[in-house]
Parts: sequence; structure tokens; C-alpha cells
Amino acid sequence: MDVVIADDLAGKRIAITGATGFLGTALVERLLRCVPGSDIVVLVRPGRRQNAAERTAREIIRNDCFDRLRGELGGDFDATVARRLTTVAGDVTNDGLGLDEEGKAVLASCDIVVHAAASVSFDAPIDSAVEVNLLGPSRVATTVNDLVVSHRPTNAPPPHLISVSTAYVSSGHRGDAFEQPISDSPYIAVPDWRSEVEAVRRARSDAQADSRTPARLAKFRKMARGELGAAGTALLAKRTERLREDWVTDRLVELGRARAQALGWPDAYAFTKSLGEVALADTKGDLAVTVVRPSIVESSLADPVPGWIRGFRMAEPVIISYARGLLKQFPGTPEGVLDVIPVDLVAAAIIAVAAHGPGSPEESVYQVASGVRNPLRYGTLVSLCEAWFTEHPLYDTHGQPIVVPQWSFPGRGKVQGDLRRASAGLRLAESFVKRLPIRGDLAERALWVEERRDLAERALGYVELYGSYVETETRFRIERTLALFDSLDETDRKAFCFDPAVVEWPRYIREVHLPSVVTHARARTSPSKRVTEKRDDRTRRRILTTERRCAAFDLEQTLINSNVVESYGWLATRHLTPLRRVQLAVELMVEGPHLLAIDRRDRSDFLRSFYRRYEGAPADRVRDDAWELFSDLLLIRAFPGAIERVRAHRALGHPTLLITGALDFVIAPLRPLFDEIVCASLGEKDGRFTGELVSTPPTGEARAIMLGEWAASHGLDLERTVAYADSTSDLPMLDVAGLPVVVNPEPKLAAIARRRGWPIEEWERARGGPWVPLAIATRRTGPRSPAPRQLGSAGKDWKGVTR
Amino acid sequence: MSPRPGFVLEVDRSTPPTLFWHGEGFRFEQLPEGSRVVYPPESLDGLADPDAAIRHALEHPVGDSAPLSALLKPEMRLTIAFDDVSLPLPPMRRPDMRQRVVEAVLDAAAAAGVDDVVLIAALALHRRMTDNELRHALGDRVFDAFAPHGLLLQHDAEDPAALVHLGLTEQGEDVEINRRAAESDLLVYVNINLSAMDGGHKSVATGLASYRSLKHHHNVRTLQHSRSLMDRHHSEMHSSNWRMGRLIKNAGVKIFQIESTLNLDMFPSQFSFLQKREWEWSLADRAGFHSTRLALDHTPPRLARQIFQSMLSPYAPTSVQAGEVEAVHDLTLENLHRQQLVAVEGQTDILTMGLPYLSPYNVNSIMNPILVACLGLGYFFNLYRGRPLVREGGVCIISHPTPWAFNPVHHPSYIDFFEQVLADTTDMFEIEKRYEQQFATDPWYIHLYRTSYAYHGVHPLYMWYWCAHALDYLGGVIIVGGDRAAVRRMGFKPASTLADALEMAEDIVGRGPSITHLHAPPLLVADVS
Repeated sequence: MDVVIADDLAGKRIAITGATGFLGTALVERLLRCVPGSDIVVLVRPGRRQNAAERTAREIIRNDCFDRLRGELGGDFDATVARRLTTVAGDVTNDGLGLDEEGKAVLASCDIVVHAAASVSFDAPIDSAVEVNLLGPSRVATTVNDLVVSHRPTNAPPPHLISVSTAYVSSGHRGDAFEQPISDSPYIAVPDWRSEVEAVRRARSDAQADSRTPARLAKFRKMARGELGAAGTALLAKRTERLREDWVTDRLVELGRARAQALGWPDAYAFTKSLGEVALADTKGDLAVTVVRPSIVESSLADPVPGWIRGFRMAEPVIISYARGLLKQFPGTPEGVLDVIPVDLVAAAIIAVAAHGPGSPEESVYQVASGVRNPLRYGTLVSLCEAWFTEHPLYDTHGQPIVVPQWSFPGRGKVQGDLRRASAGLRLAESFVKRLPIRGDLAERALWVEERRDLAERALGYVELYGSYVETETRFRIERTLALFDSLDETDRKAFCFDPAVVEWPRYIREVHLPSVVTHARARTSPSKRVTEKRDDRTRRRILTTERRCAAFDLEQTLINSNVVESYGWLATRHLTPLRRVQLAVELMVEGPHLLAIDRRDRSDFLRSFYRRYEGAPADRVRDDAWELFSDLLLIRAFPGAIERVRAHRALGHPTLLITGALDFVIAPLRPLFDEIVCASLGEKDGRFTGELVSTPPTGEARAIMLGEWAASHGLDLERTVAYADSTSDLPMLDVAGLPVVVNPEPKLAAIARRRGWPIEEWERARGGPWVPLAIATRRTGPRSPAPRQLGSAGKDWKGVTR
Repeated sequence: MSPRPGFVLEVDRSTPPTLFWHGEGFRFEQLPEGSRVVYPPESLDGLADPDAAIRHALEHPVGDSAPLSALLKPEMRLTIAFDDVSLPLPPMRRPDMRQRVVEAVLDAAAAAGVDDVVLIAALALHRRMTDNELRHALGDRVFDAFAPHGLLLQHDAEDPAALVHLGLTEQGEDVEINRRAAESDLLVYVNINLSAMDGGHKSVATGLASYRSLKHHHNVRTLQHSRSLMDRHHSEMHSSNWRMGRLIKNAGVKIFQIESTLNLDMFPSQFSFLQKREWEWSLADRAGFHSTRLALDHTPPRLARQIFQSMLSPYAPTSVQAGEVEAVHDLTLENLHRQQLVAVEGQTDILTMGLPYLSPYNVNSIMNPILVACLGLGYFFNLYRGRPLVREGGVCIISHPTPWAFNPVHHPSYIDFFEQVLADTTDMFEIEKRYEQQFATDPWYIHLYRTSYAYHGVHPLYMWYWCAHALDYLGGVIIVGGDRAAVRRMGFKPASTLADALEMAEDIVGRGPSITHLHAPPLLVADVS
């Protein structure tokens, strides 16, 4: 029987789930371009910001997959798409697919339903994999069955459901895997899927409960603190909660992998897909169902263009990590077969199955795989990659070609063991580095530890996830698929080719796949160093713009390399005898670590308790002395780069704000630099300080709120604020600022800044300043001049003074 | 034996290496045969009884002036202005000459029953002096009698209330000076005249003036035509000051000028080798030099700087003259030349000089690159009378570490000038046109000048202008042993060794150049025929 696909499908309405995915998009494009008589319905989950139709336009039609069709149709493209493509809002994780009335009517009118929606991540948490992969197909089947009863004219034939699964459902055993329902395979132990669903749902609530035990919560909190430091309650709480959620997710990922491997599947993906097939068989009722099982779907061989790919898939990150020289080893045997199939072959097969229609019950499974008919040996793949990347190397940041490592095909256990040890060691080193009292450039450079740890963990992840796929010894048989191919007429065999024999692996790898992967990864492929501005210039250009902005500055370590303890030390020693001066300075130094600890714990508490020391100090004299303090200590310890930046903001007309825990008289000399200063001030009684704060400067979240209010008072929103700060305790403020700038950060903050792409400034003290090892005042060598300046009686004074 | 005059040595095969100052250290350089080394005269003996000499000068004024005692009346307003921390260099051991003179004047004032006396440090746009510096300059007795009562003031050129505009000179130059000084019945100005540039009408017209007034002579054109700054009769800068001085006098400001000159006893005894000619070094001098150099090689720069900055010189006064400004100054120049003038025959292709750690603007501070340029090209280059030591189109080779470092308290505007303006252009006219106003009126710089210890915002530009004559005249400037980036930033050429520098200079002046080394400090003025 000759099938003429385009004719068979003419006038047919085909529904597709998972159309925003890799295979789904390819399928939509192929149908639009090669089956002109068909109509297409896509079931798309509404996003958070976009409704289903918008997602269709943005994520499907705008993909470069459609460039060819757009070129062919020219001006008719939009009209054609509008005419032939209907979007229905729906979600396969909901019973009834979450369809509205209109959606139901549209879906009911479809002749063929292709269920391609899946959670393809190998390390998805088991519960979400179960919802999508296990329950998805049977939900679609049930919904279609219901719609047949409720919405479809009685005389219309029932729709044909084509469910896309994976060849790896039968990867649990070695040897031949035939195109037959898994329940028919004697080598696969299929558990009761309903109890699995129940167990997984329970597992989530168990994990949730477990994550909330006091011990765990304390641990998450400690971790958050370790990461963020004293970043304030709100941010710490947010981070703690995030860590808890991540922990729950990790638990469920782990659970999924363990359960899958216990039952013989490589991972939760293959496992849930398998049970999904079983569940579908159990719930399909009278519905005609065909299962299509592709193996590893990779970039297209020819349609719409050679090398088309969507998203970073399984092999790509591994290949790119290899090309960058980061993945030094990967397990696998050179003789092993990596079962890869180009996406256009899979799409063609699905369309052929759709045109063929539901066959006999024995014809319910088609496998689309290359391993038996045209095997790609793992060793071949590796040597092809090596040769290709030797000829077309990626380049490092210095513009040097990267030499790809030579893989020696060790066992998985050894690679995993090595990587585990490496990442554990690096984790240890990282936690050590992040505790070091280093700042600025040094801190930034120390972050290479984090980088290496990250790389090692990623490599380990790849090996754990994908290792089993290169070791599979299952042979996916495709006789039925080939028979279907043979039944096509000559034209269709060309237009809808899905015979894996057509793939010339060396050519495909060299000319199609690798170039596409490299383009996709936006890797550096030429030796020329990018003409990049110096980091300083780039940062300046980003920050110092003529558009209206306002800039907030922290004081300590951001503008000056000093602190409230030093200021106090200086002021307190100003009028002491030399011996007492040294005594006091030493006392303060001894107290230093303790004070620092209080400060780290709670800034406000620290300030309140520390400022008690000013109790009884003569206010006018201290105020007077503060001006000398400014010249004698603060200016010497100031960062000229920071002062220059404040001035640059002012020159651009940006209002400037100083937020600090320092006392008002200490920072009085800085007043001309700022439009507003928020600082601490002490109470005063009978000309002496009481030691109590009359205004406490905001810390933590209060700073963030204050920044917002201040910006608003200048008619600006937070987007227009620039915030400069140096420590994680300022994270709340940095977090809300439109443009956070991190100054001489500690390792923790440097790590955060780098992750978030915040500019980092390295400001240092002027190199020619005098050496001030201790914050001791220059000795006042005489009586102070009283403020009122009265002329007269100098001669008498002079006379009165004896030599 | 009376002190020997200055000397020009011709280097031959037997000449030992020549000492070059090099910031907080020294270089020992073998100059090519045939090079000349200009040595200052030996230090003159100081006055036997300086206090008596001062009293004598006050009572026997020169020019059209009555003795000080005759000028003092009980009801009068008396203001005593004095030179600031930029003089003398290095700071002299106590008692400072200013202390001796001020005490004598105060004694006279007290004897006359003058009640209203105010002391003013004539800062112009320099940084304020610290209490310790004032105490050092004036002595404890004066400081304690005046400072506590607010009667020891520092001139504030940015306090409009403390300034008075006296009018315009015939060339349209604003004369705006300290109000208290201008409105006193008598203004006594106490100078220390270390170089011929200081004193005369420049004392009041510059020391007590504001930017509005100073910009008329502290500008590129004037300084290009001050040839040299040490020769007032050929200095545009001095001509302008003299016009202003005469206007001040005509405006009714009564000035009693006291000028004093110092000998060349600049360095304490442990550095006696600095005062001598190398081939005359004693064993002790040699040991002193080598041990100093060895020690300095192993001293962190910051510590070395502190050690050098704390050095006090045993200067002794050689003359004191008082009375009418111009007459006093003529006498001062005579006395200065007696100590400093060295006759030199003919010019040279290449002038070499070693710069010390100190310039007038980095007392207790660091000599930043702009001050290096200023000291070399503004001061040392100008240490001539008649013709420059180096021929037009010749090359000046300077030895100094020239670190890219600034004192953040004293020189904040220098940092911005160096980092921003010189990165853009080194052209003085361009800088004057595009940046001077901005630097002179910047509120932050003004704030620091007035309340902290910062030089005025426009000061770095002035220091740059100070090189105007040299840069206009020279064919090239090479700095030996300097921070390369800092040297290049100023448009000069860095060289690692003197030999390299001489090779480089030959590209400009041709093969087989004549070389002259200015062996200073101690200071000298070359009288080039």
C-alpha cells in the first residue's frame, strides 16, 4: 500500500502538545511546510507573563526553525500561520488538561493528537517527572475520550493519539528491544503505576515535612548565613527558604534516580516514560493509540535546515565542556553505540505514522533509532569531535586555541570517584577562602576556587546523568518503522525520510552537528581577542550617564578604609598623655576581635553599645577635634577613587546620599560631597554627650527602604538608583538598587556580585599618604583656641609671657 | 680660610663618580670625560649674634622708612605676616629665623604698648600649616601667646570677608589681598629668603593674595616670559608682582619688610658629604655616604621618606635687612648672590640634575610627579642669571624616582589633575583654557583648602605652569630611574640609567654633546656668560 502523506493528511486537523519543545517545534514546522492541507492545533501552557497565544508566537513561530518557511512564503507567511495554526491554552499536568470550553471544542474537532509534551530533563524531581511523563499521556487519552463523548459528532471517526515516548524505556536490559509494549517484554519489571504515583506524591509531602524540622531549618539558616553573611533578616529568610526548597527538590531528584535505578532504568526520565506508556495503555479505553519511541534526538540532518537545534540538549553541554578543555574524562567504551537520531527523522516518522493511521493493535509501537541499522560508535564520535575541534578549536580569553583533552575511556566508577574527590576538596577550599579576611582584588582572585569547584561539580553532573547512555548495550530494533518507510512512495521517502541509514555519521558530526552546537553555545571561535573596553571604562560608562540617577554610598570600606572604632580611638586619645594614648590604643586593639564579632552579628546593637563610650565627652571640643580627625586619619584612609566617583555623580547632577553608622560630627567634613547624609547622632546634655543615640542609622532592610524613599523624594524610582557598598550586610540595599556597585568586596560579596553581574570597583588608598599604623591622634601641643576671636591685648599677653 | 666660591669642575679620568640626588636616596654616576659639574660655593659663616643683627636692622631700616619703634603706636592695628612652611628647605633647626624676627618685632610692639596684634601665615594658595609647624616656625612662646586667642591666623584666600580688592594695576591686574593685612596701620612682613625668587613685592602681593589676583602672574604666558624666576629684572612674574606691590603701597598699605638670608649649611653633620665635593670627601664622608646608601637600599620608601622629612638643617642667617620693600630686597639679593652665585662660562647641550626628596610644596609630604617636574623644570632649571645653563633646544636629564603617588590630604586636586587632565593633554595653554576655571572654583577643593590641609584646587596647574619656560625652551626632558608610567604621563621620556638617558639625548642634540651637571642642593645660581 502506497501512502501519500500530504494527501492522506489533507483536511485533517492535528493537535500537538509540547509544541514549544524541540521535537514539537520541528513537527509544527514540518506540517506547516510539507503538509499544506492540514490544520494544526497547538496545546500551550499559559506562561506567567504571556498567555498561550503569545507563547506560540514568541516561542514557536519566531524560532529560526521557521526561517525557511518564512522565506518560501514571503508575505503570505503570517496569513498562512494565522489560518492554519490554532492555539489552545492547556496544561498536561492538569486532569482534563485545563481546557476551557472553546479549547475543548477545538481539541474535540482534531483528527490526530500528537502528545509530545515531556519533561526531558534527566534530573527532574521525580514528582514533576511523574506528573508530566507518567500521567501526561493518560491524561491526554482520558480527555480525548471524554471529548469524543461530549463534543464530537457521533458519525466522526475517533481521533488517533500518537504518544511520543523514548526508546530508552527498554534500556533496562541488554540486547534487542523490540517495538512492542513494555508490558510484553519479559525483561522489564513494571511496577503498578498507580502506587508509584501515590508514593511519589507522598514523597513530596514527606520531603516537605522533613525539610521543616528544626534541625534542618537551622542548617539551612546557617548555610544562608555562610553565603550572605549578615545580610539582614529578610534576605537571610529568603535565602533560607530557597535553600529549603532546593533541598526538597534535590531529595526528590535523588529519590527518582534511586527508584529508577532500583527498577533497572538509567534515570527518572526513562522510568517515568515507561510507566507513562503503561498508564496510557491502561487508560486509553477505545482510543486508537500509537507510541513513537525516538532514541536521543539531536540536531536536524536536513529539515528545515541542516543543524537546526533548539535548546541546549543532552550531548551539547558535554561536547562544549570537552571543547573548552574542561571535561578531561568521560566514561564509556569506544565500541559502545550511542543511539542518536536527528530531529527531522523523528518528525517525519511521526507524520508518517499519523498519515498511516492507527494500524492493528500489534502495530502500536514504532521506534525511531539508529543503533541497529546505522550504529554510531562512541569511539568514532569521540575521535570525530577530537579531530574537528583540533581543526576548529575554541579559543580562551587570551585568544589562544584550546587543546582538547584525550579521553582514555575509563570506567564510570573511576571518573565519578575522581570528580567527587576533586569537588569535595574544592568545596572545602572554597569555604575556607570565603572566611578569609581579604578584600577587593585579592578576594576576587580567590574566587577561582569557586570557579573550579563549579566546573568539577558540573562535570560530575554530566557523568552521573549521561554516563549510562554511552554505556547502554540495548539494541533498539526498528523493523516496524522501516516497514512503514518502505510503504511510502518515492516522493514521500524523500520528503519524509526517516530511515536512519541516510545519516552519514562522519559528515553529520563534522558538517552539521558540531558547527551547530558551537554556534549555539556562542563559544569563542576566533583567535582575535574581542575588542573589549577595559573593565573600569565599561563600568564607568554604565554608571556615569547623563540620565537622571541618584547615588547612595556606604562609608566604611566603601569611601574610607576606616571604622567607627578608629574614629573613636583617635578622638579619645587626642587629649591624653602619651602613655595613656598608647594604653587606650592597645586596649582598643585587644578588644578589636570582640567588637568585630558584635558588629557582624548586629550592626545596630554594636553601634548603640559602642557609642556609649562617648558618654560625658565635651561635645564642642569633640566636634572641633573631628575636623582634625578628618585630615589626620579619614582623608589619609580615604579612597581617592571613591571620592572622585561621588564628585563625578554630582557633576552629572545626580543627587548623592551617604548612609553610614558613623557619627554626625565625624562625617561633618564630608558634607559638601553629599546632598543628604543619614548617620548616627548622640544626645547631648549640658554640653556633654550622653552616649545615647538620638537617631540610629538604618541598617539591613531599613537601608533598602530608605534608599527607595530617598529616590522617590527626588522623583526617581529604584531602577534609577546606584548603590555603592562593600559588605554583605548591605545586600538588602544592593539588592533593590537599580545599579548596585560593589566596592572592594569580601570573598562572599565578590562571589555574589560576580554571579549577578554587578560591577566591582577596586578602590585603594592614595599611595603617597603617610603611614598611620594606629588610630592615635596627633598630639595637641597647646591649649585650644576658644572659638570667639577677640583681637586686643596681644601686646599685654606677650608682655606677660616670660621666656 | 674664608669659604671658597662656587666651582666648575671639568670631569677627567681621575674624577670620582658624581653624587646625584635621587629622591630619598642618591645615585653615584660617572659622567663622561669633558663634562662639567657646577658646585655651589661653600657655606658662609652665619651672623655672630643674629638677635642683635635683627634688632639693629629694625632700628636702622633701609630705604624710605622710619625705624620700627617709631612706627609703633599703642592704638594701632599691627599685623605681622610671615612666610609659610614652604620656606626654608629643609626646615631649619629651632630657633627658626621667623621666630627670632617675630619675637623681636613683638618685643618692640610690646614696648610701644601695641594691643592689637595679629599674626598671619602668608599661605597664598598653599595648604594651611599644622599647629606643630606653626609652633616650629614661630616658637612656643609666640604660638602660646597668640594661637589660643585666635590671633594667629592663616591667610584664607577663599574667604570673601577676609579679602579686600585694592584696585587694578596699570596693566589691569586685580590686586586683592588679605583684608586684615591691608587695613592694618602697619603690616610687618617677615621673610626667609632662601632663593632670589622670594621676597620683595612678591611677599605681600603673592603671599597674602587670592586667586583673583594671582592668576595675573601665575599663568602660562607670564611664566614663559620669566627668564629666569631667579632674576627679577628679567622675570614677567616679578614685574607683575612689582606693579601690584606699588599699587598696594599707593593704596596706603604701610609695609615694613624684613628679609633675611641664610647660608648654605643645609644638611646636618651626619650628611656632611652632601655639602662637599666628591674628591674632597674624607674617610668619614665616604663611610657616611656608603652606609647611608646601604641603609636606604634596605629601608621601605615610606620610612625613608619619614626619615628625610624629619631632617632639620643647621642653617645660619647671613644677613637681616628691614625697611622699605624695594630697598630691602635689593640688599637681600646682594647678600644672596654673595652666597649662591657661581660664574659659568657658556651653555651646554645637556643639563643633568639630581632632585632631592623635597620641594617647597611637599614639606612633611610626598613629592608627587607634578612636584618633581616643578622642582626640576620650574626651580632648578631657573637657577640661572643671564642665560640658562642649557642651550635652547637642549636636553634636561633629571634623576628622581618620580613615584606615581600622592598625599591625599595635601594634594587632592593633584590626584585628579594627574589622573584626568594630564591623561587628556599636557599642553599648558590647553590646560589653562579648558581646566583652570574648573579646578580653581571646585567647591570640594575649596572646602579642603579651607578646612583641611590641602593645597588649593588650582595649585597643581600652577606647578605645571611653573615648567612653562623650560618646556618652551628645551628640546627634551628625560627622567632617570622614575616610574615609567608617571614620567610618560607628563610627556617626558623615562630612562633606566644615566648612560641610557645620555644616549637618548644625543638623538635630540646630536653626537658628542657637552654635558653640565648642576650639583645642587645646596642651592646655587649659575651666572652664565
